[in-house]
Amino acid sequence: MSRYSSDNQAHGTCEISFTVNGKQETVRIFPMARLLDVLRQELELTGAKEGCGEGECGSCSVLMDGKLVNSCLIPALQAAGASLTTIEGIAEGTQLSAMQTAFLECGGAQCGICTPGMILSACHLLSKKPEPSLEEIREGLAGNLCRCTGYMQIFEAVVQAARGNAGAKR
Amino acid sequence: MAAENIIGKSVPRKEGRDKVTGAARYIDDIAMPGMLYGATVRSQVARGVIKQISFDPQIEWDTFVLVTAKDIPGKNCIALIGDDQPCLAEGKVNHPEEPILLLAHSNPHLLRKAVDGVWIEYESLPAIFSIEDSERRTQTIWGDDNTFKTFLIEKGDVDSVWTKADHIVEGEYTTGAQEQLYIENNGVIAAFDREQGITVWGSLQCPYYVHKALMALCNLPAEKVRVVQVETGGAFGGKEDYPSMIAGHAALLAMKSGRPVKIIYDRLEDMTATTKRHPSRTRHRTAVSKDGTILGGEIDFTIDGGAYATLSSVVLSRGTIHAGGPYYWPNVRIRGKAVATNAPPHGAFRGFGAPQSLFAMERHMDRIAQVVGLSAVEVRRRNFLKPGQTTTTEQTIREEIDLGKLLDRALELSDYDAKRARFAQGNEAGPVKKGMGIAAFLHGAGFTGSGERYLASVVAVEGCVDGSVSVLVSSTEFGQGTNTVLCQIAAEALDLPYEDVRIAQPDTNQVPNSGPTVASRTVMVVGSLVRSAAVGIKQTLIANGSLGVSYSPEEFRAACRRHIAEHGQLRSLARYEPPEGVFWDDQKYRGEAYATFAWAVYIAQVAVDLSTYSARVEDFVALQEVGRVLHPVLAKGQIAGGVAQGIGFALYEKVVWQNGRMQNGQMTNYIMPTSADLPPIRVFFEEMGNVHGAYGAKGIGELPMDGPAPAIVNAIEDAIGTRFDSVPLLPEDIFEAVCAGGER
Repeated sequence: MSRYSSDNQAHGTCEISFTVNGKQETVRIFPMARLLDVLRQELELTGAKEGCGEGECGSCSVLMDGKLVNSCLIPALQAAGASLTTIEGIAEGTQLSAMQTAFLECGGAQCGICTPGMILSACHLLSKKPEPSLEEIREGLAGNLCRCTGYMQIFEAVVQAARGNAGAKR
Repeated sequence: MAAENIIGKSVPRKEGRDKVTGAARYIDDIAMPGMLYGATVRSQVARGVIKQISFDPQIEWDTFVLVTAKDIPGKNCIALIGDDQPCLAEGKVNHPEEPILLLAHSNPHLLRKAVDGVWIEYESLPAIFSIEDSERRTQTIWGDDNTFKTFLIEKGDVDSVWTKADHIVEGEYTTGAQEQLYIENNGVIAAFDREQGITVWGSLQCPYYVHKALMALCNLPAEKVRVVQVETGGAFGGKEDYPSMIAGHAALLAMKSGRPVKIIYDRLEDMTATTKRHPSRTRHRTAVSKDGTILGGEIDFTIDGGAYATLSSVVLSRGTIHAGGPYYWPNVRIRGKAVATNAPPHGAFRGFGAPQSLFAMERHMDRIAQVVGLSAVEVRRRNFLKPGQTTTTEQTIREEIDLGKLLDRALELSDYDAKRARFAQGNEAGPVKKGMGIAAFLHGAGFTGSGERYLASVVAVEGCVDGSVSVLVSSTEFGQGTNTVLCQIAAEALDLPYEDVRIAQPDTNQVPNSGPTVASRTVMVVGSLVRSAAVGIKQTLIANGSLGVSYSPEEFRAACRRHIAEHGQLRSLARYEPPEGVFWDDQKYRGEAYATFAWAVYIAQVAVDLSTYSARVEDFVALQEVGRVLHPVLAKGQIAGGVAQGIGFALYEKVVWQNGRMQNGQMTNYIMPTSADLPPIRVFFEEMGNVHGAYGAKGIGELPMDGPAPAIVNAIEDAIGTRFDSVPLLPEDIFEAVCAGGER
């Protein structure tokens, strides 16, 4: 159930529409609602997490019109008309994406709380640079904090997923 | 999949698929009908008497649920080791951010304003904020002498060594507080029902710790308290004791309101109010012969425990026992002391006292090397513990450990000699100076001394109706791989495919108490029990003739189903039995401190830029002996993650205190390493054929936290010739020391 609809509260006052993971959604929200809260509470897409609430940790990362954003810093109104991708939209049905498989196999996910944001960030990196160097991976993921892995196995996962890209091209 | 392939193989993490798809449900992803949101009103002063509490008349207070200490049905304390920490302050406060009053409302947005609308008047009392002030007793804030706990380890005759020494080497070393900084903040949901009692779901490490605390606080019998761990987004010790506090708060609000109550901390509250690594001060005075042999010494290890005792006595215990490092001390006197200050209580954090005392030991070894005129390598080699020798607690090293060999391999892997020679030349030109630093260390696996005996952990393994097998433990998964490794162990013991074994959700109504998930004990201690319990299942089925001595997974499933149809259930329990002949004296702190130790040599390569005064780790070799590696990918992940936290401890993570309150409680101003900050962390294992625990595995989780800080600071001294005896070491600290001319 939604936080905003619980007993003595009124529903939001603005109506916005956007596409999430290919599906058109219309929600009523408060004008200052954060995109993160709308995704998590109105649409029950709880894959995006709140780690810091100030755009530092990246665990709320989602893709908005192909750009990687911290959804905790985005007023939901700004997403009106946008096309959003969350972690829930990365697999194709029950088939994991190459990046998700690589995270599983390489140990890129430990506690898993940064994983949704990290995977979106990694996918975003590969969409810009299909075969990134290690230095580009290090820089590319620097906006997503992970406290468990020391990042080494995340780099391995990105390299493995990128190798898949390279394979597909040939 | 044949069973012998399971141990030592990197099978997929049990809950991994849910984690990479976003399907895993953490506590803040869960909502319940009619749920309220809870918040905590906290002390704004470090120490004082609460004179009056009043309420902003602008706020509609009758729409809020309000709880004070008067609403506590049981004892106002967080039951743990001692019962000195109140759940809600009553009359007086002893640290900033101490909980005083609780609020709940259906609209979380109204809560923050309401928290600010509770006006508390204090009569402030003088407070103390350092180990030194606590020792001087400028104020007595706890007991008679501000001292939570002391330990004394005595071996041989230290007083006789000073006259025989060629050198007496002294040093004082300090370490700062460190925030665990799990990316998921603390959170719980509590629900109350008159019949069933209280249920708490939460992000936590130790379900039975919370269970015990709630029984005392809510005055409920064991069967009316239920604690369920949900997916937990990192812990590192930070969710060992504080979840009992948060669970207590949510439970009180739920009992008063009759509604489920969720409390989720934001980052600022989590960082300022909950536990951190204990700040420490270690003093060494060591008698050394001219060939570099340690003849004996005195070590004084003191930690700042904050305002209440909580876990300080056990953190102190581990730190005190590890203070002598992996070296042979024929004579030693180690004094450990945990003191009170008016800061929020410090608590468990990976390593649990050992990273503090080992930082001192490993910095001190470099100092001994300089005084004697030996290399950092040689002084260590000459003093390493050997099989047959005894530790500071007079525990005989029975395993075939060869630390010299471990050191040689680490030197080779890091290209130590060649690089040092190259840096010695290259450092002349330009502002960037490079150096290499070594840390050799050990980490005891499992609870200290008689701890495991008192815990007497129990696990269950159960055959299920569908023919699969379930492992029931209160040991929790929070990233390390508990679920996966315990299932691997059960599968191996039962000759079943890994996929046929699953792990039950830790729920105190369902699982036996296998002890807390701490102290690098899960694989070694709990894993051994899982193995025995699994073997018990197999033996039951073989004994009653439903299974042959060798069988296929299909035959096992059929036998399992048949047994359940006939007998109702197929369940096997295993309880910890202390090994025979193990001696530990809790009074004298002498004997077998740990079932076994993991051993390691870490080498850091550091570059210090003397135009910016920033130090950067360029390469890191982490070589360890942890017995048998059960899951290479998970094991490597544990080590790399621990090293990263250790690098943070050394170079990035500084808690800025003002009057006992953390001033930089945000991720924007408390800086942990990002992917761009870390060097390649190169992880290696040396298996020396020691057999411990389940399938030969020792504890691994905490070990990697111990070595990075001393290795890095040793490397910085190697690079620029300036001595540093404190961590964290930020550019401003390096700047200050270099400008002051830095003694050598």
